[in-house]
Amino acid sequence: MEFKTFNIGGVHPADKKITAGSPIQVLPVPDTVTIPCAMHIGAPAEIIVNKGDKVKVGQLIAKANGFVSANIHSSVSGTVKQIGPLPDASGYTKMGVTIAVEGDEWEESIDRSETIRHDIDDIKPEEIIAKVADAGIVGMGGATFPTKVKLSIPLEKKAEAVLINAVECEPYLTADHRLMLEKAEQLMVGTQLLMKAVKCENAYIGIEQNKMDAIEKLTALSANYPGITVVPLKLKYPQGSEKHLIKAIMGREVPSGRLPIDVGAVVDNAGTAVAVYEAVMKNKPLIERIVTVTGDSVKNPGNFLVRIGTPIKHLIEAVGGMPEDTGKLISGGPMMGKSCTSVEIPVAKGTSGILMLPEKLAHRGEVENCIRCGKCVDACPMGLEPYLLSKLAKLNKFEDLEANHITDCISCGCCMFTCPANRPLLDYMNYGKGKVMAIIRSRKK
Amino acid sequence: MDNVIVISMLILGGIAILAAIILYVIAKKFKVEEDPRIDEVAEVLPGANCGGCGFAGCRNFAEACVKDFNGQYCTAGGASVMEQVAKILGGEVSAPDPKVAVVRCGGTTACRPKTSKYEGASTCAIVAATYGGETGCAFGCLGLGDCENVCSFGAIKVNPETGIAEVDEEKCTACGACVKACPKMIIELRKKSAKFRKVYVNCRNKDKGPVAKKACTNACIGCGKCVKACNFEAITLENNLAYIDSEKCKMCRKCVEACPTGALVEENFPPRKPKEPAAEPAKQLNQADNSAKVNIPEQPQPQKVEVNIQKDNTQQNQQQ
Amino acid sequence: MSNLLTVSPSPHAKGKETVSGLMYGVLIALVPAFLCSLWFFGIGALMTTLLSVLFCVATEWAVTKFILKQTPHITDGSAIVTGVLLAFNLPSNINPGIILVGAIVAIGVAKLTFGGLGNNPFNPALVARVFLLISFGEQMTGKWPLPIESRTSWLDAVTGATPLSHDMLGKVELSDMLFGGVSGSLGEVAALALIIGGIYMIWRKIITWHIPVAIIATVLVFTSIVYVCDPENAVNPLYHILGGGLLLGAIFMATDYVTSPMSDSGKIIYGIGIGLITVLIRNWGGYPEGMSFAILLMNALVPIINKKFKPKRFGEVKIK
Repeated sequence: MEFKTFNIGGVHPADKKITAGSPIQVLPVPDTVTIPCAMHIGAPAEIIVNKGDKVKVGQLIAKANGFVSANIHSSVSGTVKQIGPLPDASGYTKMGVTIAVEGDEWEESIDRSETIRHDIDDIKPEEIIAKVADAGIVGMGGATFPTKVKLSIPLEKKAEAVLINAVECEPYLTADHRLMLEKAEQLMVGTQLLMKAVKCENAYIGIEQNKMDAIEKLTALSANYPGITVVPLKLKYPQGSEKHLIKAIMGREVPSGRLPIDVGAVVDNAGTAVAVYEAVMKNKPLIERIVTVTGDSVKNPGNFLVRIGTPIKHLIEAVGGMPEDTGKLISGGPMMGKSCTSVEIPVAKGTSGILMLPEKLAHRGEVENCIRCGKCVDACPMGLEPYLLSKLAKLNKFEDLEANHITDCISCGCCMFTCPANRPLLDYMNYGKGKVMAIIRSRKK
Repeated sequence: MDNVIVISMLILGGIAILAAIILYVIAKKFKVEEDPRIDEVAEVLPGANCGGCGFAGCRNFAEACVKDFNGQYCTAGGASVMEQVAKILGGEVSAPDPKVAVVRCGGTTACRPKTSKYEGASTCAIVAATYGGETGCAFGCLGLGDCENVCSFGAIKVNPETGIAEVDEEKCTACGACVKACPKMIIELRKKSAKFRKVYVNCRNKDKGPVAKKACTNACIGCGKCVKACNFEAITLENNLAYIDSEKCKMCRKCVEACPTGALVEENFPPRKPKEPAAEPAKQLNQADNSAKVNIPEQPQPQKVEVNIQKDNTQQNQQQ
Repeated sequence: MSNLLTVSPSPHAKGKETVSGLMYGVLIALVPAFLCSLWFFGIGALMTTLLSVLFCVATEWAVTKFILKQTPHITDGSAIVTGVLLAFNLPSNINPGIILVGAIVAIGVAKLTFGGLGNNPFNPALVARVFLLISFGEQMTGKWPLPIESRTSWLDAVTGATPLSHDMLGKVELSDMLFGGVSGSLGEVAALALIIGGIYMIWRKIITWHIPVAIIATVLVFTSIVYVCDPENAVNPLYHILGGGLLLGAIFMATDYVTSPMSDSGKIIYGIGIGLITVLIRNWGGYPEGMSFAILLMNALVPIINKKFKPKRFGEVKIK
């Protein structure tokens, strides 16, 4: 079997997929959910329910506000208890809806049967995009970019292939892995729907070699689905980055500052493909997702199907509580996840995992002088110079930062992972990138 | 042998003269004609390049002054510098109201308990971009001193005991560099009053009362008692947070008495006359605190704090 | 939970590489060459290396503590590496006083005056070597101890000349240069041991292949051209590669992190530069050995190389 990969930089963190063998469990519906209005990139959705309203599972509670935005649906049935600021992962507050759960009454239009529908021939591309937009589907890998925007391809451009991102290059996380094993058929049909939506004949499913069972299963299945090819990939972080996946699978480089569609690629996460299937064939909006709850000393780590808005404390209880030695609570994976301070924060559309790092892994090493070893330069998958960029950001030299292409940085963390002197390279680069982005935006105005 | 010395001296001397001629010619040829007054003005300016005047540096300010002196003012240099500039250029100094930077956060380490530990690049800007901060209050001072780093006058420093930036009013020139540097927008330029007397809301927390109170005992809970107490309409309440307009405030200090938490503070006032001594011992202690601050600047807590909490604080400090 | 959770920006995972780990890796790579020098120069090699390391570490500790008033970081291993490399550049019969001068120049002048590890523009061990070469030419190059014969003696070792000096031409076997047995500095005695160390470092990913390969290839090509043009007077290219400090320089000195370029293309340019200058000095310069000067000259150019030769960026393609 031939394994492909990208060519510049990259690192090899220990993959620690503890939960790869644990089947997806359904987490019981909690008694209250808190659903934030900003679970996607773009403008926050506009709340259309009022305090005291009765809602059903799958009912629209917040409407997309502009093109780059997404609908939000109630994930439970019950009464709207409060509309107001909710705590989010960063300790700031965000607008959201709190719903007290009463029973589990679903919208009638949602098909809850287990049967897998394959009858996609009569569906038009526009219908698929409309349903994806209605269902509020966003990228489920963590970037949470509204999927309908990706599928609405400008007239002058043409999609040549759909790339299904099933790389899951973040250590610990296994949500996509389990999804591929347990919802393989749905994934295939979802991929077909995506191909149809962007009017192309080819699709590639990129899977890293640490998930051989998924590679085998999907390769066997792909015989029945013309146009879909499973591409085994070498283990290398950050292969799950859109641009690097395109490079690995198609051998094309997305030019700096451009989008995947400029090289004819549409990249969607495996979870997104399944969500598209459910939205189009089953009328089910995006109200639940698979979350890996794990950590080195967690008692019963596992993968859970969770309603959006469930406070993560329920997930932590389900795995046997937070271990005594927990030093860091992370929403997402260890490379790009956000560390949290509270267990009250809700599961959002982009929450792929909850990671409890033990104290001994929770700390950064002592910062030493930069020895100019150049390991960050070698590791950077974008071919940037993190040592230089972080220094320039520290000195607030924003013009120089822009000239050195800080806007190309994908914040993957390879530079800091590899830095022997434990320097906070990415901290400064993210800071500098934010400032430079703001300067560029203000220039356009 | 003598020849060698003479020849080498001649050669070296020749090179030196040649180089001098080249330098002279280049200096003449590429000389930039410039109003000599710019240099003169730049000479008298503080040279801190603080940016308080709205220009990138002192030289840019000097150029702008030479072009048009009206309405220009160097806050950092103050009246004495501006008089010298006026002497050079002729014209009137248009002095704005004197201002002083005020740090509006009373969440000392003692009254604002930590809820997490931060590890990473130690600048406020990066902490603020990462999360709300180490305490339950996402609006308070982060204490990593971005303001201290940008201050050209050594006028603002983070007090290691309270973990909050403090302004040295004598040194502050109200250039506004710290105001721009603070990612939490805590620092404000307020009207400078006689003897640096100040009455202000020492809090930026916009959370609802109970949330704010839980995060910090000195938080403004948005109760509105101060708004009612004020006779001059100087206080506004928005998003659970009171704000005193320093232009309207008459320093009557009624609001300070009305405040149920430690959010409203008065500074640099003489001790109040002891009225109702039996009824409110707590306030007396406060007066003692405030008066003490004038004489002993080391005293870290200018805030108005309830008696029992004050005791708790000292205990905690001792434990630490 | 008793402890507060830690919060930091991503990433939350860290590779195993540490600064001291890398430094000790270099030391391990130096072991084969050290063993060879022990075999050939015996007690002299041991004493020189021990004294050099001791003096370097002591200088680092003393200067950081008493002059810079900081906490000394001698455990990071960088001073030890400098010490060993300095010793490897010295003849085994050198006077301990000279070693001490070398150590003070290397650590005190070339490294700590610039801000310590990571900030020195020139390789400390090489600065010391060149300093000693110029100041103590007689002791540094005049009398090389003969291998094996000088095993049991230290300061009074039996001496000879280095193979690159013209009168030695053709008297030395290539195999001796490869496996040892030619007089020279400690580290230069056996080329093979240095190559083993280099392979180990490339395998451990401490260094990349670019710099050593570029240097060796350039020297090989350039000296071959010279050899073909003038076979009468020129030295066999292989002598150039195996003799003198070339391998020691190419593998251990030129690859010093702090003073070498960052990008792969920059590393190759840097290597080619070193190769060219070395051959120029060796063939037409005043010193029989040009490696140290070549590396130092290229060290000076590293900032420019870093500016000019950027790594290949992802997505750096022409937009059609």
